[in-house]
Amino acid sequence: MKSRWLPVFLPVGFGLVMLGLWAAACAVFSLPTYLFPSPVAVLQAAVSERTVLFEAARNTALVAALGFPLAVITSVAAAVLLSLSPWIRASLFPYLMALQMTPIIVVTPILLLWFGSGLVSTVLITFLVSFFPLVVNTTQGLISTDTNLVELFRMSKATRWQEIALLRMPAALPYFFTGLRISAILAPIGAVVGDFFAGSSAGGVGGLGFRTVIYSAQLKTPALFATAAVCCLLGFALVSVVYFLGWLCLHTWHDSYAHNDG
Amino acid sequence: MVEFTSVQKRFGGGPLVLDGINFSASRGDFVGLIGPSGCGKSTWLRLIAGLSPVSAGSLKIDGEAPGGPKRELAFVFQEPTLLPWLSVRRNVEVPLTLRRSPPEQRRTICQRALERVKLTEKATSFPRQLSGGQKMRVSLARALSLSPEILLLDEPFGALDEITRDHLNEELLALRQEQIWTAFFVTHSVAEAVFLSNRIVVLASNPGRIHAEIAVPFTYPRTAETRRSEEFFQLVREVSRLLRAAELPAPTVTL
Repeated sequence: MKSRWLPVFLPVGFGLVMLGLWAAACAVFSLPTYLFPSPVAVLQAAVSERTVLFEAARNTALVAALGFPLAVITSVAAAVLLSLSPWIRASLFPYLMALQMTPIIVVTPILLLWFGSGLVSTVLITFLVSFFPLVVNTTQGLISTDTNLVELFRMSKATRWQEIALLRMPAALPYFFTGLRISAILAPIGAVVGDFFAGSSAGGVGGLGFRTVIYSAQLKTPALFATAAVCCLLGFALVSVVYFLGWLCLHTWHDSYAHNDG
Repeated sequence: MVEFTSVQKRFGGGPLVLDGINFSASRGDFVGLIGPSGCGKSTWLRLIAGLSPVSAGSLKIDGEAPGGPKRELAFVFQEPTLLPWLSVRRNVEVPLTLRRSPPEQRRTICQRALERVKLTEKATSFPRQLSGGQKMRVSLARALSLSPEILLLDEPFGALDEITRDHLNEELLALRQEQIWTAFFVTHSVAEAVFLSNRIVVLASNPGRIHAEIAVPFTYPRTAETRRSEEFFQLVREVSRLLRAAELPAPTVTL
């Protein structure tokens, strides 16, 4: 019973201790708020900016909610294509890596030229940021199927499509979720970064990236800290959804959930 | 009828794995394949399964090349080779699902297959929840769900403890009383080969070739009693002797 609640108490306790130290440091060294705000100042900023931050979070969540699924669908399709032959992998993989290696701040001006600032550009940036871990892990999963199982399917005269849909895809699920967990952390970051560079406040307050631009220009440092906290909350929300989905798909059969038995 | 005529097999440009195999099995034969490692026992099964073509000579199953669409053939691997994300029932149904059999027919066949291997109460369990022996039973049930004409078994019980192995051997023979199939059974255990087979092929290695063929005279059904008879022990000793002879290096030809 004790160990069951430990994963909750430990991080919460650690967080409280750190908050206390932070508040104490601000009081002892009497740092200026614009340079290093105390937790209380951050909380006050969060409260006074709550409607703006809430709407900004909603706008960013929308970007993530479009860009992330786009990355998932595209990467699964790409992974199936890549899994078909080592020749396809050899031909395409360097370019996939290049896509990931190109810094997002280099891509952004190009996207801005093509699509202007706003939803399309930010969704595409989110997509670009979260695509790579998904496609790499899913491809690895699709080509790591037990050879005996593949032979079993071939001897049962399974079609190529049956082999992919009924064998390779389910067998790749644990790999897919590994990629999904990494991407779920990257996607909200992509949404915020995209909003920072290519966001638009047309008809509203913009997203969290746009707020960052505004708050830093206004030297509203407590509000910047509050924005950071909201970004984390958004990240945790998406990661929780992904962990739940992973549990839903894997807990009945995969060894990584074996400790839930008995 | 499975007929090998002067069959040779090599993989790519590698050495001969099988050489000069002449052998024919009739319907209902239970052929035990035994020999030192590297003698091509598993390759023998893969040729029949149509997973790999012969390099020379001919292999015909009822006059046709292996791997044809008409033949019902089942393979049992050394590992249970189950799909871990499917329940026991779904696993047994896999070959039928791949054939797009109607769901009711799948249910009936699967139910019967699970009854045969005495696992009805585990139908909704997942492979992870089963013991090694139970997993192997599911693997057998899946193989038999197609009512195969040919059953290929590659050391299926090799990883199990001896008691479980003995039980499964008896169950396998009981299943043989219900369905007629031609079986090729690869094993490292002489006693297992003698207990199950009506014909035993002892293979020698480098390249894999037939060293000896022994007819097993015991009539089916065989039971645990068979295993305790003096004749059984005698035959085990005889096959062991042949196996040891097969393991000796091939005589070198001096010019």
